[in-house]
Amino acid sequence: MSPVRPSPAAERDAGLQPERTRLAWRRTTLACSVAAVLGVRQVLRGAGVVWEAAGAALIVLVWLAFLAVAHRRMQELAAARPPGLAPRAASGVVACTVALAVFAAAVVL
Amino acid sequence: MIDFGRAARLWWAPQRVREEGEQPDYRFSLANERTFLAWIRTALALVGGGFAVDQFLPDLRWGVRVGMALALLGVGAACALRAVNHWLRCEAAMRRGEDLPVSRFPVLLGVGVGLVSAAMVVVVLFGWTDGGP
Repeated sequence: MSPVRPSPAAERDAGLQPERTRLAWRRTTLACSVAAVLGVRQVLRGAGVVWEAAGAALIVLVWLAFLAVAHRRMQELAAARPPGLAPRAASGVVACTVALAVFAAAVVL
Repeated sequence: MIDFGRAARLWWAPQRVREEGEQPDYRFSLANERTFLAWIRTALALVGGGFAVDQFLPDLRWGVRVGMALALLGVGAACALRAVNHWLRCEAAMRRGEDLPVSRFPVLLGVGVGLVSAAMVVVVLFGWTDGGP
């Protein structure tokens, strides 16, 4: 498969690929927000003030890290021909997701 | 076919994916990125489901509730890890002009989610709860 380069005359991307990708990131941050809200709700169910505050702060930190990675990528996607996703950004969002899951398991137990 | 060694090397040095082959059309990379994000959303939904089982089914027996929650959380974490692995392998295959990797994971995920749902139905129907009949 040789790389397909659009001809200079066809600069307009009829598929609106960057925009669709930007919206996919937005949807993903919304999904992360829902999971984070459920997580905070879980933590605030009576384990003592200190534990509740620490747990909620941890979840909010993970959520903010996720938002930061997504925000950076969405800014990159504003270009007409955006660069590819950096492997570090991909690992970052995966690390946030796994952290939420591990934390949830710890709280549930 | 799946070259596990190569995939594992990519895992530990993901930036190496850029060293091989040619840069594919940016639209293909973006499509791969959206697929990755769709898997991440699936993982987040499973993690949220794990939280939800624990919060919204308080009448279930402790073991049943925790087992369900842990199953959902485990599948969610696996889904996220697999998402980045698959994204890297697809990216590498596109750069080298090879076929995209195939995977059994969607089938396993489907069967797993189906089993958890069936278990939930059984538990709720037969009142396998602390205060149940």
